[in-house]
Amino acid sequence: MMPDYETLRLIWWGLIALLLIGYAVMDGFDLGVGTLLPFVARTDDERRVLINAIGPTWDGNQVWLILGAGAIFAAWPAVYAAAFSGMYAALLIVLFALFLRPVGFDYRSKIDSPAWRATWDYALFLGGLVPALVIGVAFGNFLQGVPFHFDETLRSHYTGTLLDLLNPFALLAGAVSVAMLCMHGATFLLIKTTGSLQQRAWRAARGAALATIMLFVLAGWWIATGIEGYRIVGSVDPNAASTPFGKEVVREAGAWLANFQIHPWMWLAPALGILGAWAVLLLGRRRPGWSWVASAASVGGIAATAGLAMFPFVLPSSTHPSHSLLMWDATSSQLTLWLMLIAAAVFIPLILFYTSWVFRVLRGKVTVEQIRENDHAAY
Amino acid sequence: MDMDALVDLSRLQFAFTALMHFLFVPLTLGLSLLLVVMETLYVRTGNVIFKDMTRFWGKLFAINFAMGVVTGLTMEFQFGTNWAYYSHYVGDIFGVPLAIEGLMAFFLESTFIGLFFFGWDRLSRGQHLMVTVLVALGSNLSALWILIANGWMQHPVATFFNPETMRMELTGFWELILNQVAQVKFLHTLSAGYLTGAVFVLGISSWYLLKGRDIEFARRSFVIAASVGAVAAIGAVVLGDESGVYVAEHQPTKMAAIEAEWHTETAPAAFTVAGLIDDERMRTDYAIKIPYALGLIATRSLTGTVTGVHELVEQNAERIRRGLKAYALLPAMRARTATTEERQVFDRYVGDLGYALLLRQYTDDPLQADETVIAKAARSTVPPVAPLFWTFRMMVFIGFFLLALLIYALIAARRGTAWRKRGLLRLALCSIPLPFLAAELGWFVAEFGRQPWAIYEILPTGLATSSLSVADVKASLTAFVLMYLGLFAVELFLMFKYARLGPSALHTGRYHFESLGGRP
Repeated sequence: MMPDYETLRLIWWGLIALLLIGYAVMDGFDLGVGTLLPFVARTDDERRVLINAIGPTWDGNQVWLILGAGAIFAAWPAVYAAAFSGMYAALLIVLFALFLRPVGFDYRSKIDSPAWRATWDYALFLGGLVPALVIGVAFGNFLQGVPFHFDETLRSHYTGTLLDLLNPFALLAGAVSVAMLCMHGATFLLIKTTGSLQQRAWRAARGAALATIMLFVLAGWWIATGIEGYRIVGSVDPNAASTPFGKEVVREAGAWLANFQIHPWMWLAPALGILGAWAVLLLGRRRPGWSWVASAASVGGIAATAGLAMFPFVLPSSTHPSHSLLMWDATSSQLTLWLMLIAAAVFIPLILFYTSWVFRVLRGKVTVEQIRENDHAAY
Repeated sequence: MDMDALVDLSRLQFAFTALMHFLFVPLTLGLSLLLVVMETLYVRTGNVIFKDMTRFWGKLFAINFAMGVVTGLTMEFQFGTNWAYYSHYVGDIFGVPLAIEGLMAFFLESTFIGLFFFGWDRLSRGQHLMVTVLVALGSNLSALWILIANGWMQHPVATFFNPETMRMELTGFWELILNQVAQVKFLHTLSAGYLTGAVFVLGISSWYLLKGRDIEFARRSFVIAASVGAVAAIGAVVLGDESGVYVAEHQPTKMAAIEAEWHTETAPAAFTVAGLIDDERMRTDYAIKIPYALGLIATRSLTGTVTGVHELVEQNAERIRRGLKAYALLPAMRARTATTEERQVFDRYVGDLGYALLLRQYTDDPLQADETVIAKAARSTVPPVAPLFWTFRMMVFIGFFLLALLIYALIAARRGTAWRKRGLLRLALCSIPLPFLAAELGWFVAEFGRQPWAIYEILPTGLATSSLSVADVKASLTAFVLMYLGLFAVELFLMFKYARLGPSALHTGRYHFESLGGRP
């Protein structure tokens, strides 16, 4: 009944990718709307339109992140331990920025004071921008490898600093992340808004889509020419017990392109990243729903590109490449992966089902008139 | 030294963030149930006052819920950021209930909470009630999975040590879920949560009654809160007692500390009500005792004994010595060079490996530990008695006090005399903080009482941290304190403002401040 260890490990790589892409696609537009809040909306009413466009659903969307973290804990405990403790300061910065959202959404409009509301608007802006930026920077660092190693008791030790994380390539990755999530947020606003607000959202979507394409291509070119990837020497046993000591790894220029050369179908991911953003430019305001879908495809494609380039690496070590964590050797036991797979197979379809029902119930435009009518119930 | 400071700071940060989270969770649990009750009444009777009740208490629920989400986020990440070795060592088991919590419960709660507030005009009455039920179900299931995770830390079942991967691994799913310690804890926490929600609604309703405004609204809220609260209080007390029986059975060191049971007494042991506890000299002076009571409470028999601190320390010294036999063979086991004989020895003693790991706090090489070090480590297996003794008694006292209050309130409400009893109404108002305090105390008893273990008898807390610098954790702890207290102050400000405003906040035109044509 229980599949072999290798199959389970492969499935879990796919599932975690799915959850993280789920986060980028589902909460990504909330982060984007937060980032765009001061630029797209000019009056208090307009800002409330933006906030109420995502207000009823952002909380459910954020659970993709919680679930992503929980799934990494359960399926890749070594990665959860090494990455979260290693990137301590960066992770806490994301966390503190995320704190601003639940209270920002709920508390902002409960007091009718411009200073109070302006403060929360700023909080919601930071709550959107900072996670988008820092998560992008983190992935930029994962692609370059991060300085950690294990001692003989399998305790991880991180030897870098916060400033090391802010290197040029990582900042570029952060910019890609911000641009694509702004595009994603703006396309969602095309669906939800009308009139001049929609006009401004469209300008934001157009600019962000163009920026996404250019920055993503630049990052790809940099990966191909300037960033050393990682390569396993010989082979790893995909059925062996989970310990990072059973392999030899070298750093090599161009190694992150190897998967694309062996499996040309993988080019679909970066292609989707670019064509999705391109399609946003073509579909524009005329087909807002499809623009959002195209943007989601772009976000998913860009995230998948990074994952596929690194496969089977999950967290490469720059100081001790052979201690790098792979999706083969950093997993939970076979039994845990199997049980968690059953749980995921039961609940993920259920989640998708009721989430789409909730979005269907809440469909339709949000307008300034509606906000004024529901002054005391709306966010 | 640095190591100790890191461990202490990490514990302090965890305690602070968990205690803050646990200020908001019980109220979420309790109010979500009360909202279901109120909305069910609305759907069944069609009386709009029940809809107003659902919406008004729902507003306060939202203010509280936002802080629950803020502080809850931290909990999902903090095992990785600050307890990395813990995450590696037990993630194979502990991660499972945490991830299922996300899949089954947190998604449900968070997805439908938006519809609860924004769905009134978009859903039929029945559909909206279903949404409210799903929010409450989500909160309750969330508590279930979190307490399955915590129950496992208290009483680790369904697991074995894998020397190759240097961690604990799972042996079975059902055993993990049906862990009795977890089940009892879940029900105790749940009823304490319902009690918190009930006292909250009861107290605020009493205030409206004292002020003589929104009488109809307040009376009906009072009756619902008293009814739910009385049942919840009975549940919290009974299940708390039940929880104690499991502690006696599975965590003798916690039990001995809570009861200041320094020496094993001949059954049935006496219960110490109060006394001057001296942790240093391991004795209680001027103890006031009730004969037979402890034996009866803890073991539910006249013959069961409660093992004393001295005896436990002695037993645990022996377990350390046994654990060292497994510890010595660890390198050979990991390198797969152990002989069959060595393997048998390892298997015989691996159950006490955690005890050998306790020595790591005192020496880099446990195998070199002499008897004085072993004695020190053995002494550390019983947590400090005085704090546990007193916090436990305070929690129990609050529990009984609230039980009496709620039963009295329920009877008075049924007779229709409650509205005249200003003393009762004032007492109910002043009691609002008590269930929160009891919940915090309960958390302390459970978690501090588990020390020195992160995972009972398996992983010492001192080994469970991340390899961070003291400065890192000092900075993050400071940031958490400032951020949480700042947001908490804002939350309290809004909570007071809206509680004072009362149902007039709904702007339906039916309530006190609206008929006066203004705001307070």
